[in-house]
Amino acid sequence: MDREFITRGVKRCSGGKFLLWILPWVAMLIFGLYSAGLCLVKGLNQTNMDNRFAFGLWIFLDLTVIALGAGAFFTGFLLYILKMKELRAVINSAVVIGVVCYSGAMCALAVDVGQPLRFWFTFWYPNVHSMLTEVTFCITCYLTVLMIEYLPIVLKNRKLRDVPEFLVFEHELHKLIYVLAGVGTFLSFFHQGSLGGLYGVLRGRPFAFREGLAIWPSTFFLFILSAAAVGPSFVLLTTWLVEKISKKRLVRPEAMQMLGRISGLLLAVYVLLKTIDTLVWINRTSPGNGFPAAQYYAWHPFGTWILFTEIALLGMVPALILLTPKLRARTGWLVSAAAMACCGVALNRFVQTVQTLAVPTLSFDKFMTYTPSWQEVGTFLAVLAYGVLVYSFSFRYFQLFPDERELKLEVAQVEEEPALVGRY
Amino acid sequence: MIAANKPNKIARYGMSIDLDRCTGCGACMVACAVENNVPPAHEGATARKGITWIRVFKVDNGEEGPARRSVFVPVLCQQCGEDTPCVHVCPQQAVEVDPATGIVGQMPERCLGCRYCMAACPYHARFFNWWDPQWPAGMEKTLNPDVAPRMRGVVEKCNFCHGRWHAAKERAAAAGKSEIEAGAYVPACVESCPTGAIRFGDLKDAASEPAVAAKDAHSFRLLEKLGTEPKIYYHSKRDWVRQVAAAPKPPNGKENARG
Repeated sequence: MDREFITRGVKRCSGGKFLLWILPWVAMLIFGLYSAGLCLVKGLNQTNMDNRFAFGLWIFLDLTVIALGAGAFFTGFLLYILKMKELRAVINSAVVIGVVCYSGAMCALAVDVGQPLRFWFTFWYPNVHSMLTEVTFCITCYLTVLMIEYLPIVLKNRKLRDVPEFLVFEHELHKLIYVLAGVGTFLSFFHQGSLGGLYGVLRGRPFAFREGLAIWPSTFFLFILSAAAVGPSFVLLTTWLVEKISKKRLVRPEAMQMLGRISGLLLAVYVLLKTIDTLVWINRTSPGNGFPAAQYYAWHPFGTWILFTEIALLGMVPALILLTPKLRARTGWLVSAAAMACCGVALNRFVQTVQTLAVPTLSFDKFMTYTPSWQEVGTFLAVLAYGVLVYSFSFRYFQLFPDERELKLEVAQVEEEPALVGRY
Repeated sequence: MIAANKPNKIARYGMSIDLDRCTGCGACMVACAVENNVPPAHEGATARKGITWIRVFKVDNGEEGPARRSVFVPVLCQQCGEDTPCVHVCPQQAVEVDPATGIVGQMPERCLGCRYCMAACPYHARFFNWWDPQWPAGMEKTLNPDVAPRMRGVVEKCNFCHGRWHAAKERAAAAGKSEIEAGAYVPACVESCPTGAIRFGDLKDAASEPAVAAKDAHSFRLLEKLGTEPKIYYHSKRDWVRQVAAAPKPPNGKENARG
């Protein structure tokens, strides 16, 4: 019944099959909305956060999805500013991922703050010295940019194209794409950096505090770099997943490999700088504040293994895989390395959020642990389900992968050839 | 009459706490809660979710048997004076340092409840209202009319009983004085301490007890190396007690075996 909404020349599963696919995600979304509703109505006492663990699962989730969603701005930057044409094949998908990640993070934040109706206070009484102000301004602006970038994708829908005004509007919007890509890149650089700066400026938390350049701590630059590194990896990973689930070829291997190569290159630079930063922190910054760095890793379960896992296992190893052409050419290695890179950045955000708060600062205070409540997990799942649903609908009704049609024809020709040989 | 052109004196209110005198009785905690309309703990609240503007920690020297010694350490907002960690992180200026008093104040009416200031505070001296404040029937009559109760979803902390500062200011104005006289304004915890362990005054006044304590060789401030210039001075003649100001030590003094 929805056939006329599906892009011409591509094949999508039946309506019934699609319904079966979205049903569990809708159920998860409803459960998540119920959890979030409880937190909004009854208050944050529904969570297991406390005065010590002021941040928890949600802030970790926000930081991670915003890093993973960086593929939207960075792919746009590479395609429209640096003219890497191969990435045209994934740009629409990257924009949808960006929209999902950023809007999901904003929704989680709305539940996370104690007085969500006061969100506008940040714009009315901004503290220009706060990294959180910078984050709020940039994320709000960038989400607007993402929405404008998403609009042409929606307006290209087969049915919506029948409306001439939409077509004209879409065409006019498309003319702005270079400006939007530039603005998006600028805003993203700032808010990714400010998210890192959130922790780096915490003078009172020597575990997180970092020295830096002018007003920006080193984490400002490391967050930009790590997000730019894993953004393409996440686009790659998502594309591979969609290909597997839909059983279709959606992009050419060259595009996937280019994403991998860019990701590997940036990840290698990130790992190098992160290593230098960690050494400076261990040997100078932290002892200077009265905290020998070894103390942080004395509290179970946060041993030095976590540092090794973050930098070496989930940083250096995927970077080396992605930088090796032979390994990159093999899908298994490529996808595994991309997944490892994403996990590495998620671990970094976890360490910044949770380990920072778990480690005591006062000598007579305790090391504390935190386990999220089911309401927190439910809200987390709602963001996940929301993301899957928006992406699923976008994939079904919009043209996320422009090469799909050509690739389908190529596959059809290859399949027909043996038959032709047999006939003649 | 207050002289219109006479500039008000700029004070730097601070506190000294003599740990050798503190018995850990908790009177300061009770007085603080009553004075500042801190509601009784909600059913289901844990120690980690409670609101205690001043908390008394029991700390020991780590020895066993007869060699074991203990001390009680009251911890409240340390009223940081330099690079105040909570002030510059708040996205909507809900935290400010009063230039007239040096007191770090919190504006619950403007607080978004993002809790970034709590993450920034090295002394864990900020508290979030996880529940709506509720008083048992009849108990609301004991509320202090000079202090507004805070609503759910905002952060609060010690402000050196700001309501008392306002009252003292009004009394001084009524008496035709432009300044609060020494001793005319003291927070509730200072007033309630039965052993006189907590002293309060203007650090700029060399004769005030906190100013004298600040110069004492046996005085220290918590986490002084962080450079936040707290205005709470602790005092003890015992060496091991003074070491509590240093950074936390790893359990058993060695690194995590799995690390």
